[in-house]
Amino acid sequence: MRYLPLTETDREDMLARIGVPDVDALFSDVPNGKLLREPLDLPRAKGELEVERILGKLSAKNTAAGAVPFFVGAGAYKHHVPATVDHLIQRSEFLTSYTPYQPEIAQGTLQYLFEFQTQVAALTGMEVANASMYDGSTGTAEAVLMAHRVTRRRKAVLSGGLHPHYTQVVETLSEMASDEVVALKPDVRATEDILAAIDDSVSCVVVQSPDVFGNLRDLRPIADKAHAHGALLIAVFTEVVSLGAVTPPGAQDADIVVGEGQSIGNALNFGGPYVGLFAAKSKYIRQMPGRLCGETVDADGRRGFVLTLSTREQHIRRDKATSNICTNSGLCVLAFTIHMTLLGQAGLTRLAEVNHANAVKLADALAGVKGVEVVNESFFNEFTLKLSKPAAEVVEAMAAKGILAGVPASRLKPGAGLDDLLIVANTEVNTDEDRAAFARALTEVLA
Amino acid sequence: MLNRQGRPSQAGEGASERHETFTGNRALQQIEPLIFEIGHHESTGVDIDKPAPFKNRLGKHARQGEIGLPGLSEPETMRHYVRLSQKNYGIDTGLFPLGSCTMKHNARLNEKVARLPGFSDVHPLQPVSTVPGALDVMLELAHYLMTLTGMPAVALSPKAGAHGEACGMMAIKAAIAAKGEGATRNVVLVPESAHGTNPATAALIGFSVKSVPARDDGTVAVEDVKALLGPDVAAIMLTNPNTCGIFEPQIVEIAAAMHEAGAYFYCDGANFNAIVGKARPGDLGVDAMHINLHKTFSTPHGGGGPGAGPVVLSERLAPYAPVPFIHVEGGKSRLVEHKADAPEGNDPFGRMTAFHGQMGMYVRALAYMLSHGSDGMKQASEDAVLNANYIRAGLADLMSLPFPDHPSMHEALFDDEWLKGTGVSTLDFAKAMIDEGYHPMTVYFPLVVHGAMLIEPTESESKASLDLFIATLRDLAIAAKGNDKSRFTAAPHHAPIRRLDETRAARQPVLKWEKPVPVKDAAE
Ligand SMILES: Cc1ncc(COP(=O)(O)O)c(C=O)c1O
Repeated sequence: MRYLPLTETDREDMLARIGVPDVDALFSDVPNGKLLREPLDLPRAKGELEVERILGKLSAKNTAAGAVPFFVGAGAYKHHVPATVDHLIQRSEFLTSYTPYQPEIAQGTLQYLFEFQTQVAALTGMEVANASMYDGSTGTAEAVLMAHRVTRRRKAVLSGGLHPHYTQVVETLSEMASDEVVALKPDVRATEDILAAIDDSVSCVVVQSPDVFGNLRDLRPIADKAHAHGALLIAVFTEVVSLGAVTPPGAQDADIVVGEGQSIGNALNFGGPYVGLFAAKSKYIRQMPGRLCGETVDADGRRGFVLTLSTREQHIRRDKATSNICTNSGLCVLAFTIHMTLLGQAGLTRLAEVNHANAVKLADALAGVKGVEVVNESFFNEFTLKLSKPAAEVVEAMAAKGILAGVPASRLKPGAGLDDLLIVANTEVNTDEDRAAFARALTEVLA
Repeated sequence: MLNRQGRPSQAGEGASERHETFTGNRALQQIEPLIFEIGHHESTGVDIDKPAPFKNRLGKHARQGEIGLPGLSEPETMRHYVRLSQKNYGIDTGLFPLGSCTMKHNARLNEKVARLPGFSDVHPLQPVSTVPGALDVMLELAHYLMTLTGMPAVALSPKAGAHGEACGMMAIKAAIAAKGEGATRNVVLVPESAHGTNPATAALIGFSVKSVPARDDGTVAVEDVKALLGPDVAAIMLTNPNTCGIFEPQIVEIAAAMHEAGAYFYCDGANFNAIVGKARPGDLGVDAMHINLHKTFSTPHGGGGPGAGPVVLSERLAPYAPVPFIHVEGGKSRLVEHKADAPEGNDPFGRMTAFHGQMGMYVRALAYMLSHGSDGMKQASEDAVLNANYIRAGLADLMSLPFPDHPSMHEALFDDEWLKGTGVSTLDFAKAMIDEGYHPMTVYFPLVVHGAMLIEPTESESKASLDLFIATLRDLAIAAKGNDKSRFTAAPHHAPIRRLDETRAARQPVLKWEKPVPVKDAAE
C-alpha cells in the first residue's frame, strides 16, 4: 500500500521490541468478540490511476458552472479566482500544517490570520474580526448566541430578507437552547416593518444586505431602534464582493457583522468548504466565538503572532466557553486573504463595479421579456424575477436548454407563496453572450 | 585573460563567528512585513477592465469612503506568501506527533480529484438533475462510513468534529423530546478527560454537564457512570479510544447502562483512526459518533481547517437526522432539503448549515478510502497503533507513563512525573523538540494527567523515522535529567522566532494592523 511505509520485517521487529506476539495483542482492551478478524466488506486497495478514473467518471456526470451560462447564487457565487491562489494554498507548509498551537513554527499561519482579521475588519467597517467560522450560516447562529450573552436576553428577531437556510440554522440551534426566535415572513421587496418587532425583550435583530432577494437595505434606522431598546444589530451578507460597492455595515452602526466569504478565493464546491467572516465592535470582544490571532513580541523583542484571548474557548473554558468551535476554515481563510491581497481596494472596487454593471445589464435585458418583472428597487449583483410561470419549472426547462438560470425562491422556502420568484445572480464571469442566451431561452420558456 | 585561481572553495577566516545581518534575515529565513506595510492602496494584482458607463442601481447604498486595504502585484503576492509558508511546519516537513489530531500524510491525489470541475465548480443550489455525480459521491462516502462503523445511518453535513458533536447531541435531544422527556432529561455526563468541545457542545445545546471522575488507570468505570445515572440524564459523551489513548474496556457495559437508564451514548470519534477495520462502534452500543474526516480520512488540516464531521447514527436516532440528506428508495435517490419533504417516519430536527456540508472534503476522504480499500484501512490502523506502542516501548524507561497497565492505541501518553526536580517543564521539553526539527506532541491535554505529553505518530511514519524520533527524545530526556536546563528553558533557539509573550498578547490585545501614527503627529 503506497501510503504505508512499514515493511513486514519492520512490523515483526517492532512487535518484538514491544514484546507482544502479534498486533492484535495491542487491541487486548477491545471487549471479547468485538475485535474484527477480517477486513470489512468493502473494495480492496486501488492504485492512483484507478481511483482517478472512478472519481473522474463521477465528476463528469455533473454540469460544472464554468461549462454553461451560469446565474446561480443565493448564498454562493461563481467568481474568477486567480491561479496564484490555488498554487499558494497547496504549498505543503500551509496545506499540511495544523492550528498554530506552537507559534514559533507557525508564524506563517498566524501572520496570515492576522492579515485576514485586518482585511475583514476593514471590509466590514468593524473594529475587530475573528480568525473565521465554518461558513456564513453557522456564523450567524453564533452571532445570535453572542448577542444573547452580551444583552442577557434570549430573543432574536430575524428579517424576512435573511437567507431562509440561515434562518433555519438559527432556529435549529435556538430551539435546542430554548431561546426565542421571531422570524419575519419572506420579504421579497424589502418592505417589512422590522422596527415594530423591536422592544425591550429583544436581544438582537438579524438583517441581511444585500438580502436573499438581492435588495440593499438601510441598516442605520434598525441599528438606532435596536440600540434604543438595548438590543444589538447583527448584519449579515452572503456576497462579500458587495462590500466593494456598498456602504459597509460598520458605517451603519452594526454591532456584529457576519458573512459568507466564499466569493473571495474559494470555489463553489457544492456548498463547502467555505469561510465564515465574523466581526464585531471591540467592546464585545470577550464574548466573541472562535479563534483570535494577536500581535506580541518574542524573547528578543521581535514582532510575532499568537492565538490569544483563548480563555473564551472550549479547550480552556469547557462548558462555559463562548462556542464549541475548534477546527475552523484555516485554508479557506488563506485563500480569501491571498485573493484579497491580489485585489486590494483598487481591485475589489473594480470587481464590484463589474459585477454590478453586469447585473444591471442582465436586469435590463430580462425586464424586456414578456412574463418577467424585476422586483428589486436596488440590488448589487443579484436580483429577483417575478415570472408568469412557476420558477422551479422554468429553471428545469432552462437547464434542459443548457442554461443554469438561478434559484427558485421556493427551493429555499417551499410553501411560502414564493413559487413564481427566481433569484438570479450575475458576476464578472458572465459574458454578453451568456446574458443574451439567458434572455432568449427565458423568452422561449415563458412563451 | 583567464583567471586560473577560480573561486575559493573553503570558508575564510572567522568562519565560525555569527554575524548580525544588515536586513535581519538569515539566508532562507526572511523577515516578512505585513501586506499592509508593503502594499499600496492603488496597487492591484488583478487586471479587470472598467465597465462601460451605466446607470447604477445601488440606490442610496453606494459606498462612500475608501475601504483602506492595500493591494500587491502578483509577484509581490507570490513572494509574500511563499516567505510566510517557510515559517510553518507541516506534515510534509517532518514527523508531526500531535496527539488527538491524527496528522497523517495528505495524498496529493486527493487534492487533484477534489479540484475536478464536476466537484469544485458545482453550486449547491443548481438543479439537482445537473449534479447526479455529486449525490453519488455523498452516497458512496455514506456507505463507507456506515460500513466501517457498523451504523445504519449518517448525517454528512456537519462542518467539523465539534459541529458533528452538536449534530449528534441535537439528534439525542430531539429523540428525548419525542418521548416526552424533554423537560426532565437535561444532564449530560462527560468524563474529566474529555476534549473541551464535548462539554462546550453539551452546554451549547442547553444541557447541563456533570463530570465523570477519572479512574487511576485512565479509563471510565461502569460503576462510576451508573452512580450518576438517573431520570435526569440524557446522555454520556465518551471518547473511544479515549483521550489517554486507551480503548475503554467497559464500553459495552457503559452503553448498556445508558440504554437501560433510558439515555443515549454519544461517542467522540476523533480517535477512530486507531480502530478502523478493527472494531465497529455499532457493535459497541454507540448511538451517535462524529468522524473527523480531517483526521482519520486524511483531508488536510490546512492550518486549522477546513474539516468535516459526519455523524453516524443508530436506528433510534436516525429519524431525527437534519436536512439536507439523500433518501434512497427503490434504487432512486432524492435530495431532501426540507422537513416537509422528509419521507414517512423521519422527523429531522432542523438544519446544521446553509448547504450540503463539506463536499470538497467528501471527495478527498472518498479518494483516501478507495485508495486504501478495506485491507489498507485495517492495515493503516494496525500500523498507527504499532507505531505508537513502538515509541512508547522506546521511551518508557526514561519518561513516565501514567497508565502503564493498558496498551496504547494510536497515541502514547506520558506525564511529567519524570521531569520532577529538573526545572524543565513539559512546555520547555516541547520547545526543545522544535530545535531538533520536530513538531511537538500535544501538551497539557488531556487535563487529567499532569504535564501531559500525548504522542501520535500515525501510520505515515517509517521505522527509520520512528527510530530517529525515539533517539532524539531519549537524548533530550537524558539532557533534561542531566541538568542541561538552558537547552530547554530558553528553547527554541533555532526557530524563525523565539518564545512569544502570550501574556502580553492577551493583556493588550492587538488583533489587527493599525496605521502607525507618524512620530511628528504623535508628539503634537
Ligand atoms: C478528542 C477530540 N474531540 C473533538 C475534537 C473536535 O474536532 P474539530 O476540531 O474537528 O471540531 C477534537 C479535535 O480537535 C478532538 O481531539
